[in-house]
Amino acid sequence: MTVALFVPCYIDQLYPDVAIATLELLERLGVDVAYPDGQTCCGQPMANTGCEADTAPVARRLVDLFADFEAVVCPSGSCVSMVRNHYGAYFDADDARFQHVTSKTYELCEYLHDVVAVTHLDVKFPHRVSLHQSCHGLRELRLGQSSESMTPRENKVRKLLNLVEGIEWVEPDRPDDCCGFGGTFAVNEADVSAEMGRARIADHCGKGSEVLASADMSCLMHLQGLIRREKNPIQVMHVAQILSGRPLGAT
Amino acid sequence: MLPIIQHPAAAKEFVNDPNRSRWHDQALWFVRSKRDKQAASLPEWEYLRETASGIKTHTIANLSHYLQEFERNATARGAIVHWARDAEHHNEIVLRILQDHKTHRIVKSKSMLTEECGLNHYLEDNGIDVVDTDLGERIVQLRGETPSHIVLPAIHIKKEEVGDTFHTHLGTDEGASDPKYLAEAARGHLRDKFLAGEIGITGVNFAIAETGGLVVCTNEGNADLGTSLPRVHIACMGIEKLLPRQRDLGVFTRLLARSATGQPITSYTSHFNGPRDENSELHIVLVDNGRSRLRESETFRAAMHCIRCGACMNTCPVYRRSGGHSYRATVPGPIGSVLSPTRDQNSYKSLPYACSLCGSCSDVCPVKIPLHHQLLAWRGELVGKKLLPVSKRLAMRFASYLFRFPALFRMVGKVGRFTLRVLPRWATHHRLNTWTIARELPEAPKETFRDWHRRHRDH
Ligand code: SF4
Repeated sequence: MTVALFVPCYIDQLYPDVAIATLELLERLGVDVAYPDGQTCCGQPMANTGCEADTAPVARRLVDLFADFEAVVCPSGSCVSMVRNHYGAYFDADDARFQHVTSKTYELCEYLHDVVAVTHLDVKFPHRVSLHQSCHGLRELRLGQSSESMTPRENKVRKLLNLVEGIEWVEPDRPDDCCGFGGTFAVNEADVSAEMGRARIADHCGKGSEVLASADMSCLMHLQGLIRREKNPIQVMHVAQILSGRPLGAT
Repeated sequence: MLPIIQHPAAAKEFVNDPNRSRWHDQALWFVRSKRDKQAASLPEWEYLRETASGIKTHTIANLSHYLQEFERNATARGAIVHWARDAEHHNEIVLRILQDHKTHRIVKSKSMLTEECGLNHYLEDNGIDVVDTDLGERIVQLRGETPSHIVLPAIHIKKEEVGDTFHTHLGTDEGASDPKYLAEAARGHLRDKFLAGEIGITGVNFAIAETGGLVVCTNEGNADLGTSLPRVHIACMGIEKLLPRQRDLGVFTRLLARSATGQPITSYTSHFNGPRDENSELHIVLVDNGRSRLRESETFRAAMHCIRCGACMNTCPVYRRSGGHSYRATVPGPIGSVLSPTRDQNSYKSLPYACSLCGSCSDVCPVKIPLHHQLLAWRGELVGKKLLPVSKRLAMRFASYLFRFPALFRMVGKVGRFTLRVLPRWATHHRLNTWTIARELPEAPKETFRDWHRRHRDH
């Protein structure tokens, strides 16, 4: 039984180390991982813009590519939410291959927590870390409890990071305010997007965090862009990089 | 036809004034935090939301039945019920009542419906003196503005600015900004207005089919003051304000105040069951104004659940940064961005995009409207109607090809990354590249993950 690794377009092109760390981590935990060739994107940019006709063929390609695997694992919450919560519009409800892929696509932390049930990791990361909860991970995949909701939920990302030795947690004032990326929103509404991002950075930085960690690299891409422009004393890292034992500053 | 609103442009000034935008954000976050504490204090919070949503779904599904029941019972109590197709019709009905009573001065408690119908302007154009008695609403009225929030109409105005406004209009001391002093001055000013008001107009928070009664919730008691002196009370309500039974009310009053301002209950929850006495009149104007059309839409029908608590605005990170006026709509924020395009798709087409799809509004909404999913659904509708600019549609068409043909994707990626690495900074970071106005571009790696995988894993 083999799980397929889904590496979203922007991670493949811009943050290969996030994918490498994901692969190495899964392999180290004994998961048999394949990387099907020909994968590109989940179709989210088009879907979020409302261009459904342009999304459909991309969604169908992805399902074709992954349907023969036991499960699909992806280090990006928003891409997983796209497949799980928004692909329904592009398939017949009784399409077995679609049903298989949509129900067996996991966000990395979710897979490690729910399926592999990791209890031990032999890695250290002796730094002050704060967690940026991505909105799609939180409110669409329910990887943790959003601050608005009163339904208790475990924070899966945090539970995994707690297996790493030496992390000193830093708590921002607002645990889950949006960073302002939002896909094409970042370009469409550039001013509001940037202001939202600056506020997140100020919150984390102001509490003395050295590393802004997230399970969604897309949020981090936007935040990193702002951090570099404003020369803020904080770095971003994907959770997969920390869990796989990368040193500070791997992104 | 309305002018087309471009939210990014309308938001620019507000968001790029860091003092104002940050202070606005803090003020609303404070309200949301109060709401969180209140919600957390009720173990049954999520159950209440579920129940409220169920009641609303049922009511909207059987709306004509409950409206008729309401009309029967309200009439039996001596109220006079009017039906208004749209905003204009509503305004005419109100004016006619005022003219029948030869009234020239009215006091009005805050009502989003009359705001939606543009009643103030209409009445003023017809020679009627309109005084908004809600403090925030009075402030924006004196400034010649419109409310920027449905619960906190003057949230965008700083207390120093209120001081200036009151100095000009009410003769308070110049430079005074003490909220207590200003509120006292406003109270004195409004007291005179209350005494002079000949007819009181209020909105309605809930109407109950079973009893024919109305409920109005305020924190300043102005609805009561505005209706207890005048002999005539006109209550204006959207047809979606209905609840079937008296006992449903508790579910909603518990959710409303907590969601709106983080109070366990509004200071005044006033019940009106028919006219006060035989010398008084109670007119109830039931307004459709597009609601029946909204009800026909499967995708957006749940938006009729809205109880106008404003929680989605307080939590919305875009609203908090850009301010309510950037939506150029009576109801701003997430729910406004769902409702406005139902009025006029072309004019409000940028609003469904004024959202990062963070989903906070859907989780905060006390009646469980899936707001962010509706905003996404709106985008699909707008694209289907070709209301998205061609440049954006073409960009997405191009992206779609890119992602359908992996060889093309790899080639374009390679060129892109190469360009990013070799081009001087000025060629990639300029004002035409919207991303880079405030941010740096990512550093392009030499190798993609796929290339790495080929070298290390494919044998
Ligand atoms: S949509 Fe929900 S949260 Fe927003 S104002 Fe209406 S009831 Fe309140």
